[in-house]
Amino acid sequence: MASIKEQFEIPGKLKTWAYALIGIGGVALLLGMFTQGFSKDEHEQVHFWGTLMYNTIFWTLVTNAAMFFLCFSTMAQAAWMQSFRRIAEAISTLVPVFGSITLLVLLYVVLGEKHHIYHWLDAEAVAKDPILKGKVGFLNPTFFIIWTTLAIALWSYFGYRMRQISREADENPMDAETAKSFNIRSMTRSGFFLVWFGLTVASTVPWLWLMSIDAHWYSTMYSWYTFASSFVAGMALIALWVIYVKNKGYLELTNAEHLHDIAKFMFAFSIFWTYLWFSQYMLIWYANIPEETVYFKHRVQGPYKPIFFLNLVINFLAPLIILMKRSAKRNFTLVAFMAILILFGHWIDFYQMVMGSLMKEHVTLGWLDFGILGFFVGVLILMVARSLASKPLVPKYHPFLKESIIHQV
Amino acid sequence: MAQKKFVVGCFDDEKVLFPAVKQVRAAGYKIKDVYTPFPVHGLDHALGMRETSLHTAGFIYGITGTTTAISTISWIFTKDWPLNIGGKPHFALPAWIPIIFELTVLFAAVGMVMTFMWLCQMAPGVKKHHFHKRATDDLFVMVIECTEKTNAEDLKALLASNGAVETDIQVAEEDWWFGTYDNDNENLYKQVAH
Repeated sequence: MASIKEQFEIPGKLKTWAYALIGIGGVALLLGMFTQGFSKDEHEQVHFWGTLMYNTIFWTLVTNAAMFFLCFSTMAQAAWMQSFRRIAEAISTLVPVFGSITLLVLLYVVLGEKHHIYHWLDAEAVAKDPILKGKVGFLNPTFFIIWTTLAIALWSYFGYRMRQISREADENPMDAETAKSFNIRSMTRSGFFLVWFGLTVASTVPWLWLMSIDAHWYSTMYSWYTFASSFVAGMALIALWVIYVKNKGYLELTNAEHLHDIAKFMFAFSIFWTYLWFSQYMLIWYANIPEETVYFKHRVQGPYKPIFFLNLVINFLAPLIILMKRSAKRNFTLVAFMAILILFGHWIDFYQMVMGSLMKEHVTLGWLDFGILGFFVGVLILMVARSLASKPLVPKYHPFLKESIIHQV
Repeated sequence: MAQKKFVVGCFDDEKVLFPAVKQVRAAGYKIKDVYTPFPVHGLDHALGMRETSLHTAGFIYGITGTTTAISTISWIFTKDWPLNIGGKPHFALPAWIPIIFELTVLFAAVGMVMTFMWLCQMAPGVKKHHFHKRATDDLFVMVIECTEKTNAEDLKALLASNGAVETDIQVAEEDWWFGTYDNDNENLYKQVAH
């Protein structure tokens, strides 16, 4: 295997792009922070912090989805993703980074911003409100901060442990016994992550971070919906990096067969996301109870109508029609295009989830949103590339690697 | 219904089978089929079979199901028998989506099963000649149809030299038929039981 190029070197152009994005995004971020974030006007504050919130939460969950992908594949003893697992690992190294930013933003929102974003922070209003009073055991600042910190810390820690054990496959060839114990230990470590992931991303964290913006409203689909959104975007991100790195002449062991399976995940989970989107929407539409329809009122009939339906077109119709064919899933150019489209689509989805509740009167999508997005994309590009360059691209003694090489769909 | 002459070669290992398939095809013979006890990855490519059209058929069945559901429900609820259900508009698309989805799946699934059965010539009572009983157990059975130019003995030798554990020339019914298997096969069952 000596002939295989397995040490990634960051192309200069990529670095330039990353720095440019960070620069432009950083300027937008600072400009937004001083003109809006710390302004006297309540509206502008909400605009800025809301925008920052949905961006950090989106990118934290998306990068975390890469680790989730690795963990459930490990748990299922899947072999096909071993040839490109370092890509997913590199993406997941961003969880502590984006997680810390999320934590800072949420801390500011809870401790400094008072109750303009989270209505349940207003103690006087809660005291007069029987619904919020009933939720006070869950929606209170202490629990919010503890749970948020714990969630981000443990995602980072369990993810780190998973990445560490994967490095063992770089050093020495394994005999049957070592391979067996390596496999069992990998599965145990992935188990810890998966359980914690279930308790956070698939349930409590979206309730706390996003659903509690509409403190009165609730939906039992909401966490699954958020999870599906971030997971499909995470798979798109993995696909994009695999294609990019492959395009630069690395990852010789990864081919159209692997891409086919990644694209299947993108296709399947786009449908899954739509299933949840629709289940949430239809039940509320059908029952037509004011306390439930309040969430959809300004989204379906108000200013968010175009974004709300654009969301459905980008995230459901486009993947359904374009990714349905086998030949499409094996086409690197088309999958790259769809990956960008899906990432953008779910970013828009997070936009309307947060800003749709904060700025009900008008759509604020503008320079601030795209600037902050640029900042996060720049950080992502730079740090993923660095992480890729810091270790071999192929875990060459991994017991499942051969199965991945001969993988066929 | 036509009887034809076939040369049959049996292999007991995938690793022997694949090079043999390559050699036989390279020698210019057209392989009718290889009967295997389990699905063998990549064998369809090695045999040079074309990609199946079953999924295209499935898509068409699905679209038919969608169209059937939309046109039926919309005709019933807006033209034939409009009802006021909870003050919803007569054309209440969200409420119909589950049914549209179900009919799409139903049409696609049933249609594809039927098409699959048709393509594989499988149905209750339909019988086909078995070139070797152990094709369902542990043998990979390669069948080559003889033309006027085929020298069956040469072909047998070629198969044997490529690792076939058993070779054989059979004159057999090529198509399917309704009814039962002949007495020979019944004897074979007895032999096995013995």
